[in-house]
This record gives sequence, structure tokens and C-alpha cells, in this order.
Amino acid sequence: MNLLLKFWSSSIGKKWLVALTGLALLGFVMAHLAGNLQMFAGAAKINAYAEFLHANEKPLWVARLGLIACFLGHIIATLTLVRMNRAARPQAYVLNRHVQAKISTRTMALSGLTVLSFIVFHLLHYTLRVTDPRFRTVAEGGQLESVFDVYRMVLLGFQNPLLSGFYILSVALLALHLSHGISSVFQTFGLESKRSALWMPKAGRFLSLLIFIGYASIPAAVLLGFLK
Amino acid sequence: MNLHLKVWRQKNAETKGHLVDYEARNIPEDCSFLEMLDLVNEDLLSRGDEPIAFDHDCREGICGMCSLTINGIPHGPSETTTCQLYMRKFKDGATIYIEPFRASAFPPLRDLTVNRSAFDRIQQAGGFISARVGAAQDGNSILIPKTEADRAMEAAACIGCGACAAACPNASAMLFVGAKVTHLGSLPQGQPERERRVLAMVKKMDEEGFGNCSNYLECEAVCPAEIPVAVIGQMNRDYSVALLKDNL
Amino acid sequence: MSLNLDPKIPSGPLEQKWERHKFESKLISPANKRKFEVIVVGTGLAGASAAATLGELGYKVTAFCFQDSPRRAHSIAAQGGINAAKNYQNDGDSVHRLFYDTIKGGDFRAREANVHRLAEVSVSIIDHCVALGVPFAREYGGLLDNRSFGGAQVSRTFYARGQTGQQLLLGAYSALNRQIAAGTVEMHSRIEMLDLVLVDGHAKGIVTRNMVTGEIKSWAADCVVMATGGYGNVFYLSTNAKGSNVTATYRAYKRGAAFANPCYTQIHPTCIPVAGEQQAKLTLMSESLRNDGRVWVPKKKGDTRPASQIPDAERDYYLERKYPSFGNLAPRDISSRSAKEVCDEGRGVGPGGLGVYLDFADSIKRLGEPKIRERYGNLFEMYHQITGENAYQMPMRIFPAVHYTMGGLWVDYNLMSNLPGLFVLGEANFSDHGANRLGASALMQGLADGYFVIPYTIGNYLAPEGGKRPTTDHPAFKQTEADVRAQINRFLSIKGKRSVESFHRELGLLMWDYCGMARSEKSLTRALNRIPALRQEFWENANVPGNNESLNQSLERAGRVADFLEFGELMCLDALKRNESCGGHFREEYQTPEGEAQRDDEHFAHVAAWEYQGEKTPPIRNVEPLVYETVKLATRSYK
Repeated sequence: MNLLLKFWSSSIGKKWLVALTGLALLGFVMAHLAGNLQMFAGAAKINAYAEFLHANEKPLWVARLGLIACFLGHIIATLTLVRMNRAARPQAYVLNRHVQAKISTRTMALSGLTVLSFIVFHLLHYTLRVTDPRFRTVAEGGQLESVFDVYRMVLLGFQNPLLSGFYILSVALLALHLSHGISSVFQTFGLESKRSALWMPKAGRFLSLLIFIGYASIPAAVLLGFLK
Repeated sequence: MNLHLKVWRQKNAETKGHLVDYEARNIPEDCSFLEMLDLVNEDLLSRGDEPIAFDHDCREGICGMCSLTINGIPHGPSETTTCQLYMRKFKDGATIYIEPFRASAFPPLRDLTVNRSAFDRIQQAGGFISARVGAAQDGNSILIPKTEADRAMEAAACIGCGACAAACPNASAMLFVGAKVTHLGSLPQGQPERERRVLAMVKKMDEEGFGNCSNYLECEAVCPAEIPVAVIGQMNRDYSVALLKDNL
Repeated sequence: MSLNLDPKIPSGPLEQKWERHKFESKLISPANKRKFEVIVVGTGLAGASAAATLGELGYKVTAFCFQDSPRRAHSIAAQGGINAAKNYQNDGDSVHRLFYDTIKGGDFRAREANVHRLAEVSVSIIDHCVALGVPFAREYGGLLDNRSFGGAQVSRTFYARGQTGQQLLLGAYSALNRQIAAGTVEMHSRIEMLDLVLVDGHAKGIVTRNMVTGEIKSWAADCVVMATGGYGNVFYLSTNAKGSNVTATYRAYKRGAAFANPCYTQIHPTCIPVAGEQQAKLTLMSESLRNDGRVWVPKKKGDTRPASQIPDAERDYYLERKYPSFGNLAPRDISSRSAKEVCDEGRGVGPGGLGVYLDFADSIKRLGEPKIRERYGNLFEMYHQITGENAYQMPMRIFPAVHYTMGGLWVDYNLMSNLPGLFVLGEANFSDHGANRLGASALMQGLADGYFVIPYTIGNYLAPEGGKRPTTDHPAFKQTEADVRAQINRFLSIKGKRSVESFHRELGLLMWDYCGMARSEKSLTRALNRIPALRQEFWENANVPGNNESLNQSLERAGRVADFLEFGELMCLDALKRNESCGGHFREEYQTPEGEAQRDDEHFAHVAAWEYQGEKTPPIRNVEPLVYETVKLATRSYK
């Protein structure tokens, strides 16, 4: 406990917290993607997957609570750091220019906040299903065959080009957020060396690109009619 | 050449500052940026105004005293210190913004001068090796491979100007602290105090009110001593290891 | 002859003097050291190392620097290296050889015992700096690397890239920081010493001005250590930092400390020439460039063709012509003077005709550009940055510039001045370099004085002085404070039209022309006539705006320039009275038929120590004879 407090009390320790929770969230993002990509394997497959996830509520809730904790930890630590950073320069430059700071770095707060609002919407949309009356079973007046008819729900949802556009834009920002975050993790943990300094940012960008393509492929495929 | 200057004037720490417009006329191209300011000051003096206060000393890029933010970039558009910036880098008729290094840990003194003693206090917290005069063994009895000596030298080259903190959007001093931690930590003589040093210096750095690193890499871009940002990773590692060892 | 200039050299054979002196020096017990307070002014190599070491020993130290941090002192700019008689290269070096090279390099105008001690402790300096974490260059096997330097035939120079001074200063700064953290040293930055306080003839404190708030304050101590650097900026343009000044030493001189050999100044041959009137500072290019560059000027006067269009037959490689065996590697004073000669003949190159070429074309042809880039890349880069010229394609232009001053306050073997309780270290004293300093010896002397000499010798003064420290309520402090305030008010009330900077510039030009690389009775007399007039104009027409109670850089400058305006006169006077040529002091009347410096050992083998007599009366020239017990005086020859 003492150790945790000491970590929390220093700037580097707070960065550790951001990095650790960020890694956990990255893990979730990748697992979630793996699940989602089963859309391309057909309705039976993904619906079975959904059913499997909900077969046992206890571990599901453990995972969910863990995720929520990571989420809160990530946000609180970041906000604390941001406050410190703001206080570190009370008088701003009249003319402010950057030499080599990357766009992904400079937009971390913006991309983070956008992703946050996206996640809220996403939960309301596909998890709690309060935004669209069609996302109920036929018995309840909707268009789904069962609660686990995820395939049809996603199809219905992404057939709206505006909504799909919003999803694609949001995962783009998520990827931007990750591309900076992944390489930063190495620095925070002090794992970077002269050699890794060369490939790390590239690896971060590559992984983020994969994540973007993976996620964006589903609404795109629905819009283009590959998924029916 | 003729230039339009927008210079930050501030009487002292208690009063508010603002940009004032000045015209610099007939400036030779071969003159350094600080010599251009000297000329502007001569002109101000002759008109009965008080000259612009700015810090400078060696004027050869090593003492780290000069500290101007020129057009939004600490030390301006050259890869060296302000004093090694020459006017031929600017176009005739250009507008140049001149501001001090800004950070809450660098409180303003007057015009373009700021107080950077926070850096001294961080060094006092632990940026040294405790070697008593007269107690040293022969210099060659500690063998240090060339690669290690070169790595230490690369980090030791820091001139302590503060451009890293001034350039960082978070006003973080981690490049400065990382440089000293890396310099002393990569030498055999620095090992006994390695953990103590990094814990104390980081603690002091936080207390002084510097921000933390978000990997903007602006520090590395403006550093006149070309300190690589890898020293921050080294400091993070040393710090984490030290904190774990200290508490487990 | 009113001063007692007893150098207090210990008896016995030269090699045993320092050992014996250390044994005979008075000790102060650890418990009693705490009761002594020491003021250290200046935090360069000498000051920082002295403050750190005295603090470590247990003295209560208060240190001052005018920069914003002790790390900025101009020691930081030294490039080349630091000498030490380690003989790591097995090339026949020894303490005695370093001693002899230094004495000979100084043209036999330094004190034997001091120089021998310097050579002895040089060895410990390297060990201690390594222990402090100074990253000296290493060989692949992990051993310390050495390079060779001018004036020596052995390889004894230790270095850290081209930033040796920086690394040594940061080492001393870190030692100082350790003591500040331990509470033994109290550090005050942006505080300038403006006067020395004497109580019953002993130096017991200083008066300072806070450069941010303008506060004038007295500080009392048991003794005062000054390590305030050299006075090269009397020439306005020099390789010194802009802030380097003579004020501390000059005001101590006005309080009675003897100023020794002020005319000894070193002019470095390879600096980047002056580009225009606005220039405020000269930049040194490492001497090592002369290993591969050839120095020349056109044979014809006023030849304005670009270098590339001047055929070889119309070029004068004057160093190779005059000194066939040393050629382009002739020593600093000789190379500098030769450059001045050809420029005086109207054959100089570049703007104003004040420059000579340093040409790498032959070396590039022989070794290829990559090799030259590897050896001197950073210097060519720096040259390009400053001049905008590419020295791979056209020759560099270089010109000599003021670099170091060998003269300084007179000190005895204990490094104490004739004023009891005033110790003077580093470039601020006169003691070790004679009339010319060898490369890589300044760093050695600064650290020797601070780390290894003063900690032993200070006890000789302090031990019998126990309990005599006055408080700042003593009338002497009140009086000195009042003097300082009066002078500041005088500056602020001139309200003239001309900037302080312009007076400094004019003085510098005058000193350079009349008391520079070559001096004559005629030029010195002319300078002595003109300086008082300039000084008078300063006091009538200087423009010092603002007030005392704020950060006021014009006011700071005014104090320093006022002192330079007096000190310049002292320097010319010393040069006029030294009727010989030696080292950095070249009198045109005293030269061999070949144009080399001609010493007069019979009449001038002595230190000239000047004693202030007040504003209206000329100072008195006191003499400390230099007694050579071990070394035979010889003529330096580099033909």
C-alpha cells in the first residue's frame, strides 16, 4: 500500500498507472475486435459467441468491473497529470509553435475525450440497446430473433450511413490515441533503448492501423453490402 | 536588414507583462541574434528608454545562460543556443516574436530574464557523486569501456539552459533530470548512489512544479546539446527500479 | 618599496617544499573548523572547488556568483583539456617535466615553488575528477585517453570531447551542490561583489549588490577567498564571457591588495575574425586546426581577389617561411604576432583587412574531405554557423584574440595576498603561468588551487585568528557600504548621452591598438594620455538609465566599465615599465634581429606588484625578485 501511495505521489508513478490501465484497455480493445470480426464468419458463429459470453454472468461481471476500474484509473490519473501540466505553465506563449510533436501526441486529450463519448454512445447503442427500438426481440416488438441475435442487430445499426460514419471516425480517433499510447508505454516503463526507439513508434502506429482497419471493416462491409 | 520585433516587456515578477513593438533597422546579416538585441538596446538608450533585459554570458553556446523563445521556439530556428543564432537565418522585413522561457518553475525576473534556480535545487537534491577530496584512487584503476564513457558524455553534455522545459507543452524538466541521472548512472563511480539519486531528483523535480512527460519530444528537438530523449526512459526505469527496491 | 612581498616559499629542496609545507601548516581541529566562516567569491573551477572542499572540511562557507547559477562561470567554455603529469602514455612525462615545461612556457617569469606544486597536485586532480564522475575520454580498453598540446613533447592532456572545461566545472559544481545540500555551503547567485571590507588591515568581509532587487548588503567572515577570473574584457572584444570583469580584483586592489604583472595577456591566434562594428564577442577555434591547416596571406598589398583566384606563387605562407621547423604549429604568442605583422602591412584578408587564411585545401586533397570532416567537423560547423562560409570549399579566415590574462592579484605560497585574510585563486591571481600560459594549464591551475592548495594553506591564516571575526555592525562595513552606495548613485546621476557599452568599446579598441599584441613606449604613452580623458568623459556623459532597486543591466555594466577604465591605465603603466619582451608581453623596442622577444633577465626577472595610492597619485611599483634555484634561464626558440 505504501508502495502504491509512493507511486501515486510521483509524476512518474502516475504515468505508470496511465500506462498499465492503458495496456489493459488495449487488451480489451483487441479481444473485442477478435470477437467482432466473427461477423465475417456468419450469423451463427457470432451469435453463438454472444451467447457464450453471457452463459456465465459472474466472470462477465468481474471482467466488466475490471474494465470499469481500468477506465476510471486511466481517466483519473490522466486528468491529474493534465492538471499538473497546466499548472506548470501558467503564462502561455503568445506565439506557440511546435518543432516535431506529432499530431497524435498533441491531440491525446481530444482523441481521449471523443473516444470516451463514443464509448458511452456505443454502450447505449449496442449493449443497453436504448437508442434503437428495432434492437428488441420480435416478441417485444423489435426485429431480432433472440436477445443474442447480434448479427442482425449490427446489420440494422450500420445500415445507417451517418451512424457508420460516426463509428468509423471514432475508431480512427481511437487508433490515433493508441498509436501514441503504445509507444509511450515503452518510455514510461523505461523499456526503450537506442534500437527500440527506432521501431517502437512504428510498431505503435502499425498496431493501431490494424485495429482501425479491423473495426472499420465491419460498418464498411455493411454499407458496401458485403454483409447482409 | 530591417525587422519588426515583438518583445516581451515586464517590469518584474509582480507586474504583468506584454508584447511591445520595436523596429530593428539596418541590422547586418552577419550579426548574431543577441548582437541585434544589443543594437536595439543602444537605440532604446539613445531615445531615453530603458533597454531590454535579457540573460547571456559566454556567447559561444556553452554556458547555458541565454534563454529566449524566438517565434514560439526556445533558442529559435537554429539547432544551437540563442547566442549562436545569426540574423542570416531571418528574412528582411520579417516579424520576430521574442518571449522569455516560460514555466511556473522559471518565475520571471524582468523582461526576458527568468529565474532558473529550480534546476540548481534539483541538482542539489542528488545530482552528484559523494567523493571526498583526497580520497580518490588512481583514475585508471576504474576501467570504463569507451562506449560507456561516450554514453555518459553524451548525457553529461547538458548545458542546463532550460530550453527543454521551456519547449515542452507540459513544461516538463525530464530531459534535464534524465540527462544527469543517465550521466552519473552509466558510470561505475555513480552506482553506489544511483537509486538514492534518482528518487531524490525526481521528487525535487515534482516539488518544483515542472510538468511530466507526454512524449511530445519537443525537448529533444530544441536541445542545443543534443541530449536524446532516451535519457527520460532511462530515468523512468531507474526510478521504478529504485522505488520497488526501496519498498519491497 | 612599501609593501612586504614575502612569498613565504618553504625551505628545502624544490621537490620537498610542498610536502614539508603541508606538514608545517597549522591545523584546525574538526570541531573548531565549524567556528570559522569563509566567503568565496566566484564559482568557476577555482571558486567552486574551493567552496566545496572547504565546506567538506567543515568550514562554514558562503559563496557568491553574479551569474544565475554557479554552473555558468566561464571556466565552462574551455575546450581543449587539462594537463597532468600522469605519464600514462609511458612517454617520459614526470612532475619535473610538467614543471619545467610550464616554467619555460611562461618565459621564466613564474615562481618556481608554486609551479612545482602545481605539477605535483596535477596528478591528484585527475583522480578526483574521475571519482566525481567527469566523463573523460577513454580508450577501448577502458583506460584514460590523452592528447598532446602546444609547448610539450609528451602526451599529457586529458579531455572530454571538446568540452573539457564544461565537464570539469560541472564536476566541481556537483561537489558544490553536495555541500549546499549538506548545509555547509550557502550559495548566493545573481549577487555581485562590489567591495572588500578591511578591519584592522585584514580582509574580513565583502559588500555585495543583489542584481535582482538592488539590495546592498554586507557579509562578514573570518577570511575572504576570491576566485573571480581574469580581466581580458578590458579589450572589450575577447574570448571571455560578456560578464567577465575586473571589478572584484580591482576593488580589492584599491583597498590595498597588490596587482601583479597586469601587462601579461595571452592572445590566442585562431579566433574567428571580427565581422562588423556591432560584434560583442570573439569565438575561439581550437588550436588543433593548425595541425592540418596552412596559414597564408596574399603577397600583394590590398589584394581583394577571392582566395581561390590567387595562384600559389602569389601567396605568402608566412609561418612556414619564418619558422621552417615549427611552421604552422609555432607557439601562440609567435603566431599571433606574425598575423598582426602581415595585417599591419596591409595584406590581411576579409572585411577590414583583419584576418589571415587558414587553408585546408592541401589537406583535403591529401586526406580527403571525409577525414577532415571526421577530425574537425564540429569546428567547421561552428565556423559556418557564425560566418555563413563553408570552409571545405574556401579557406577559413582567422585572427588573434585576447584569451587569458596571466597577471592578477599578488599572492604568496599560501595563495594569500599582501592583505592578510584575502586569498586569491585561479585566473584572478598571478602565480603560476609567468608571462605566458601553456594550453590546458588553466583548468589545471584552477582546480589545483581550489581542491588541493587552499584547503591546506587557509589554516595558516585562520588558526591564529580564532574568534576575531567582526560583525557587519563594525564601522568598516558601514563605511564600505556607504562608499558602494555613493558610487551607484553617482552612476545613476550622470544622466549623460552616451551608452556605457560605447565607452567600453572605445577603451577596448584603444587597449588593443596600443597595449595589444605588440606594445611600444610610444603607443603606451599615447594610451596613458587618452585613457584618463575617456574616463573623464565617462563620468560626465555616460547614460545609465533606471534605478538601483531593480534588475538593471546598464547599471551592472557601468560599474564594471568604470573599473576597466581605471584598470586599463594600470595595465599600460605596467607594460611601459617592463622594458623587455617576455611571453605575452612584446615590446617592439626589445626584440632580436629576427623579430623575436628579447628578455632582460638581469633587470626584469621579477614580479611587478602595483600598489594603489589613491585617485590622484600614481601607483607604486613594488618588486618581488624571482629566485631560480633549480632551473637555468634560457632563450625560447622555435626556429
